[in-house]
Amino acid sequence: MQKNNRIEHPEERERVITIRDLNKSFGDYHVLKGVNLDLYDRENLVVLGKSGTGKSVLIKIISGLLKQDSGTVEVLGKEISLLNERDLQELRIHIGFSFQNSALYDSMTVRENLEFPLVRNRKKLTKKEKDYAVESVLDAVSLGQTINQMPSELSGGQRKRIGIARTLILQPKIMLYDEPTAGLDPITCLEINGLINEVQERYHTSSIIITHDLTCAKQTGDRITMLLDGQFNKVGTFEEVFNTEDERVKSFYEYNFIE
Amino acid sequence: MFYELYLVYQFIIKFFKEVFLPPYEGKEIMRQCYQVGYRSLALISLTGFITGIVFTKQSRPSLAEFGATSWLPSLVGIALLRTLAPLLTALISAGKVGSSIGAELGSMKVTEQIDAMEVSATNPFKFLVVSRVLATTITIPILTFYTALVGLLGSFVNVAMFEETSFSGFISSSLESITFLDIIASTIKAILFGFTIGMVGCYQGFNSSKGTEGVGKAANSSVVIGMFLVFIEEVLATQITFLFRT
Repeated sequence: MQKNNRIEHPEERERVITIRDLNKSFGDYHVLKGVNLDLYDRENLVVLGKSGTGKSVLIKIISGLLKQDSGTVEVLGKEISLLNERDLQELRIHIGFSFQNSALYDSMTVRENLEFPLVRNRKKLTKKEKDYAVESVLDAVSLGQTINQMPSELSGGQRKRIGIARTLILQPKIMLYDEPTAGLDPITCLEINGLINEVQERYHTSSIIITHDLTCAKQTGDRITMLLDGQFNKVGTFEEVFNTEDERVKSFYEYNFIE
Repeated sequence: MFYELYLVYQFIIKFFKEVFLPPYEGKEIMRQCYQVGYRSLALISLTGFITGIVFTKQSRPSLAEFGATSWLPSLVGIALLRTLAPLLTALISAGKVGSSIGAELGSMKVTEQIDAMEVSATNPFKFLVVSRVLATTITIPILTFYTALVGLLGSFVNVAMFEETSFSGFISSSLESITFLDIIASTIKAILFGFTIGMVGCYQGFNSSKGTEGVGKAANSSVVIGMFLVFIEEVLATQITFLFRT
């Protein structure tokens, strides 16, 4: 099943992330080798690749959690590596990061998890406004009933949804999803894919979706690319990327795709 | 080894930079103070009380040989305030609180909760480290004086079993020989112990890696290194206080 309302020619829109000649190594292992990538306004860009190819490293560099060895990463017009701690924090308000394992705060209830970024970054909000923001993001992920539960009481799919809700509460312009469907059953995967598209439509976000799940890629991506040996191959639609003679891409398709 | 020491140095410097800069996490500091006190209170009460009883019981025969059992309250008071209370409180806190901080932050680190805090535009160092180190630095001196008090109570129970004495009389005799220097030295020592325990727990937890194995290692190192440093500080503090006394 292909994504509905797929954006045609996102290249005509404004760039929100621009990556040029990005390099990153861990010891002798050169993970990213001169990577170039653009993310355009309100598009979903899927980055595919096998485990350990540096997909998560890429979005951690975009969010400033890791520093690149060389190259430039411009997010909303600001070069990440040149920002001081304070400016980086301000920029992060506009970047939502959904972690592979949700990364919910274990010692807090769902409400407290959602309020956490709000309390620290929207200090002038009244209690009523905070409650409204919490309820509306919970409504967006259809989990209003879990508001007073602890993360340990939630299922894997619910944790993913609450993790996404927590990033949405600051209404970011960019969403970074790290393996959003990893470890979930096929039905929940479809629900999460639907949620990613809903988030794009409702919050007008531009997203990078890191995954090795081809169903997720097909259902959520406006454009798709694949990280192979530290570099991106072609960026395009699902068909454009997989209509290739490159054995590495073909084998990835054959072994992973479940229609 | 030297690189690790450099990292520790940087961690401490970062603490002193962050502690004075806004935003101040007052609510979280209060919550942590409550946690530190609550986690250790029962064990500290029991240990302090038993120490008071045992120390009094063990000291009585030696003093009785010289007919000096009347000195017992002073001896217990001095021993408790100068060394036993700060050391006992610090060791129990290193075991209960230090390990708990190490394990909590360690598990937050390996499950990416610290990264999640950072990307939601919150300074995790300030929220997690500064608040916990301040909490141990504030709470452990309070617990130290509480331990001394409970220890005196235990001592009184033992004394009352052998002699006719009033509680107020016992307490005033205990405090008679305690000088202002003793109180100041104990307070400074307890502050130092609290800071060390909090810092070690936070450093180990904040820098843990390698999944669940790393969490266990962080908790374990927090206790072992914390206790080791407390003993070193005790020796140094005793030497320095001795210099002031002479």
